Amino acid sequence: MYKYTDFDEAFVRERVAQFSQQVARRIDGSLTEDEFRPLRLMNGLYLQLHAYMLRVAIPYGSLNSRQMRQLAYIADTWDKGYGHFTTRQNIQYNWPKLSDVPAMLAALADVQMHAIQTSGNTIRNVTADHFAGAAADEIDDPRPIAELLRQWSTDHPEFQFLPRKFKIAITGSPNDRAVTKAHDIGLRMVRNADGAAGFEVIVGGGLGRTPLIGHVVRAFLPQADLLPYVEAVLSVYNLLGRRDNKYKARIKITLHETGAAELTRMIEERFAELRVAYDGADQRLLAGIRAAFSRPVYKTAPTDAHYTAQVNDPDYRAWADTNLVAHRNADYAIVQVSLKAHGQTPGDATSGQMRVLADLAETFGHDELRISHEQNVILPQVHKGDLPAVHAALKAAGLATANIGLISDIIACPGMDYCSLATARSIPVAQEIALRFQELDLEHEIGPMKIKISGCINACGHHHVGHIGILGLDRAGVENYQITLGGDATETAAIGEKAGPGFSYDDVVPALERLIRAYLSLRLEPAETFLLAFRRLGPAPFRAALYPEERDRDAA
Amino acid sequence: MSPRFTPKVVTANALLEGDVVYLTADDCWSRQHAEAELIEDEAHAQIRLLDAQAQRQVVVGAYLAEAKAGPRGPEPVHFREAFRTRGPSNYRHGKQEDPSHV
Repeated sequence: MYKYTDFDEAFVRERVAQFSQQVARRIDGSLTEDEFRPLRLMNGLYLQLHAYMLRVAIPYGSLNSRQMRQLAYIADTWDKGYGHFTTRQNIQYNWPKLSDVPAMLAALADVQMHAIQTSGNTIRNVTADHFAGAAADEIDDPRPIAELLRQWSTDHPEFQFLPRKFKIAITGSPNDRAVTKAHDIGLRMVRNADGAAGFEVIVGGGLGRTPLIGHVVRAFLPQADLLPYVEAVLSVYNLLGRRDNKYKARIKITLHETGAAELTRMIEERFAELRVAYDGADQRLLAGIRAAFSRPVYKTAPTDAHYTAQVNDPDYRAWADTNLVAHRNADYAIVQVSLKAHGQTPGDATSGQMRVLADLAETFGHDELRISHEQNVILPQVHKGDLPAVHAALKAAGLATANIGLISDIIACPGMDYCSLATARSIPVAQEIALRFQELDLEHEIGPMKIKISGCINACGHHHVGHIGILGLDRAGVENYQITLGGDATETAAIGEKAGPGFSYDDVVPALERLIRAYLSLRLEPAETFLLAFRRLGPAPFRAALYPEERDRDAA
Repeated sequence: MSPRFTPKVVTANALLEGDVVYLTADDCWSRQHAEAELIEDEAHAQIRLLDAQAQRQVVVGAYLAEAKAGPRGPEPVHFREAFRTRGPSNYRHGKQEDPSHV
């Protein structure tokens, strides 16, 4: 794992000192809110519905045990004993007091973390495949590149006042778990005809008000050209991106207004200028970063305990079936820890749970933890012989829910329970869906299912790319939920289609149940997932299930 | 009084805690919606909003929110404002933590 250099350390400490002074000046009245607001946003501090919210970056979703323990300590000391993990691999604290925020940032700096550029019109936390460095299907670990991008983008003077926020996602696997096609820049590692690893560069994807799948501007970019190329994209966007209308300011709009061919030409032209200006310093820096991400020394030990438990313990078997993923080392597994216990808030972990996760990472997981954009925690490096012990400890902490990838493993933004931008609640809808399908005992029969819920059009809950998406809106002063169907967040990314009129808060879960029952009766076999069935059949039979009154009317 | 003006309260967030607050008739900030001044005149509402916005060391983001008269004082009209009087629905945090608040 990357360790801060003296430069990183000094920069983060200096920022904490600056922001501490800014907070003091806000409290004593020397700064107005209009003056202070951009300063607090530069440091991840929002004012939400009921309180301030501090958004802390977890760079490319990677944490060690010491950092996780510090997140728990911060939750206990200055918040309400929990944290909320987000779809951008950040953690949010929902209840800090303004005067405590400098101390929270200092505590983060103690473990080489910060909240810089988690807001504002800057390059945000670079997100990555949460299985990076461990996945069996991976070409190479994308985290060194992500760290290079973090260092390059942090306080980059040219890119502190972009037309709008800018999100970069990176994956080293052909199976895209980082939603690269819905980012301002998506970087997908691929091999060329010679077998060399490079990146497919995707630009102009994004969800929100105008959901668009990104456009491939470069099918194969050699790894050594990555930084000048990304800089070229940013540079062109910084010049062309609209500053007159924030709803048209993202690069996806720039791409559509300029035309993909012309934008690509401009990027390539700028790249040609920048590439020669890079004298190799970036590659020397990258070589140093790579050393910090060397693979753990995997142990050789018996794996029998895992296989024995699979036979003897039904709970363990169910958990192993849903929550484990193939590791590059056959004696190891990637453990996905669900933060989606039925009826709980998606993405929330108590300080006690954070400490359990830290202990498990330290004892059994080569000190590595990841946060997924799906709001779960990953122990990416666990020897199979240790899995039963890990499972037992997770179970004792309420963390062994065996539902990864199933209908209750829902992404939900904070919605109107916390967020000042929200137009409706998300969390209770997720809670009720999970509890309802648990009650029906249909979860495993339904199989792979991605439900994603956003409480406003900004789509932090990624509803457009959910197999079933739910968007909470305010319709004439009442919460109303619009359903989209057929979205996909992977390498076969697709934006879901609106099913029809929205549902009231009380009607949305019953509507979903009709939809799911229709799927179960329509599928050819259990292996045909909801998404496959939707692709085969189109929306009509699913709409008929959602709106039976229409069907009845048409029949009359 | 303008016939088409719907009654309002002045609301904001407290500078230090971020908690939701309401402007009272005697120029204090209350944490309880029912203690807010229910403003039924548009011109008076604008003046009260200016009064609130001038208190920049006490509150942040003052605005006028629709409200209606209730038996114990002003009540929120929109669901967003109703949530702001309580706190989130997933935990008993925020104002609903305080047992004196019903």
